Amino acid sequence: MAELWTIYLWPLIVMVAQSVMLLVILLIAIAYILLADRKIWAAVQMRRGPNVVGPWGLLQSFADLLKFVLKEPVIPSGANKGVFVLAPLVSCVLALAAWAVIPVDDDWVIADINVGVLYIFAISSLSVYGIIMAGWASNSKYPFLAALRSAAQMVSYEVSIGFVIITVLLCVGSLNLTAIVEAQNGRYGLFSWFWLPLLPMFVIFFVSALAETNRPPFDLVEAESELVAGFMVEYGSTPYLLFMLGEYVAIATMCSLGAILFLGGWLPPVPYAPFTWVPGVIWFTLKALFMFFLFAMAKAIVPRYRYDQLMRLGWKVFLPISLAMVVIVAGVLQYGGLAPK
Amino acid sequence: MISALFFYLFASLCVASAFMVIASKNPVHAVLFLILAFVNASGLFILLGAEFLAMILVVVYVGAVAVLFLFVVMMLDVDFVELREGFLQYLPVGGLVGVIFLAELLLVLGAWVINPSMPQTITAPIPAADAISNTEALGLVLYTRYVYYFQAAGLVLLVAMIGAIVLTLRHKPQVKRQNISDQVARTKETAMEVVKVQPGQGLSQ
Repeated sequence: MAELWTIYLWPLIVMVAQSVMLLVILLIAIAYILLADRKIWAAVQMRRGPNVVGPWGLLQSFADLLKFVLKEPVIPSGANKGVFVLAPLVSCVLALAAWAVIPVDDDWVIADINVGVLYIFAISSLSVYGIIMAGWASNSKYPFLAALRSAAQMVSYEVSIGFVIITVLLCVGSLNLTAIVEAQNGRYGLFSWFWLPLLPMFVIFFVSALAETNRPPFDLVEAESELVAGFMVEYGSTPYLLFMLGEYVAIATMCSLGAILFLGGWLPPVPYAPFTWVPGVIWFTLKALFMFFLFAMAKAIVPRYRYDQLMRLGWKVFLPISLAMVVIVAGVLQYGGLAPK
Repeated sequence: MISALFFYLFASLCVASAFMVIASKNPVHAVLFLILAFVNASGLFILLGAEFLAMILVVVYVGAVAVLFLFVVMMLDVDFVELREGFLQYLPVGGLVGVIFLAELLLVLGAWVINPSMPQTITAPIPAADAISNTEALGLVLYTRYVYYFQAAGLVLLVAMIGAIVLTLRHKPQVKRQNISDQVARTKETAMEVVKVQPGQGLSQ
């Protein structure tokens, strides 16, 4: 009995407690990220943004949450009910599942697996299913068109994200996310992070992450002037909330992945005394928020792409550049004697 | 105990969803069950300690191949009730294929049970699972011992890709295409003409 407790039950309790803590912190952070997104957008357009609920509108997201939860979910009579209800759950659960492997500080990770980067890549390639299932199950024209668009878009940009990840892996020699951060720990602080040697790939990663998460300027999936609200036309109340939540969690995942791959994760920007006293989780959060600020600014200042331009950018510009960069990086590492052992 | 529990969970779900692939009436549901079967198979891979294969299975099959399946099934307007009517007619052929496949599997697995050194004679010696991560182990044999097979597989895929592109590439002369470099190369002089218009006269041409 005592053995059962020490081997199975106690680790299970610890794991569940860790996961719940991460989820609670993440969801509260998402509420404020959403607010920050709206505030930044408003500031660029010289508006005030949400400022009514709570001081400076700080409780706006929670008011929205209550509003969505208390409304009645409507399922269209022509919809395929099972798939219709399953779609928002799939997109939300998959987005949250990616956080199991993200290290927010040295050893502060729920599952420190060998193939961490591949896991995140696999989960983000699954997230297209939420959108396709929603678009098909709604049994309506606009959602279906949006589903077709999103599937083509997300599959295309996954290719270039894959090549970006491969170049980083070549420099690290491991698929473990903690090892990727440790490999950027150098004497020059922020100049030894990968954004500097792999600058073109950082740019490609940023743009592909925008396309992968269906953020503006690549939000053709829900382009309101063409498709009303895209795959979410038939959704309301809690299912809609789950879609929005999944979308923003996926954005947060991409921001933290960018911080881990290119901005040194939890490492301080200057590796000397006053900066090394600050806990790593704060540096990680600041870097992820910086990435999110870039996402929000891109949303505010860049007009939406046309669909054929989007496909051209993905296949004719990013794919050749990232393929060439993989070869160049591998060659430099091999013949420059810099390859990780 | 835990891993046995998860094995039975993944295995039973995998078998059940594989059955539902052929049993479900709606083709889109069939593809969704196929995806569930893939995901459960990757769970089984993880239990075996083959985490690299598990992730690649999800990325390649679920993330790319099954999306295209779903696409085709959603877009094609096939009357599946009509297709189903000839079901019994194909049963003998299908059954024969199934029996052959089962016999092959039994032969391979039976040989493995009878003689444990059998896999060692046909594959390269692999280091123990705890000595090296399986991503590394795969890389060590894939790019040295099996590099020609690997390149040949890549070449086959390349030819298939070029074939698919050639089959769908059609030049329609009446379709107006945009040339991005032409558009970018436009200057004020070539694109714009400033004309002084007298009131009440308009332009001459």
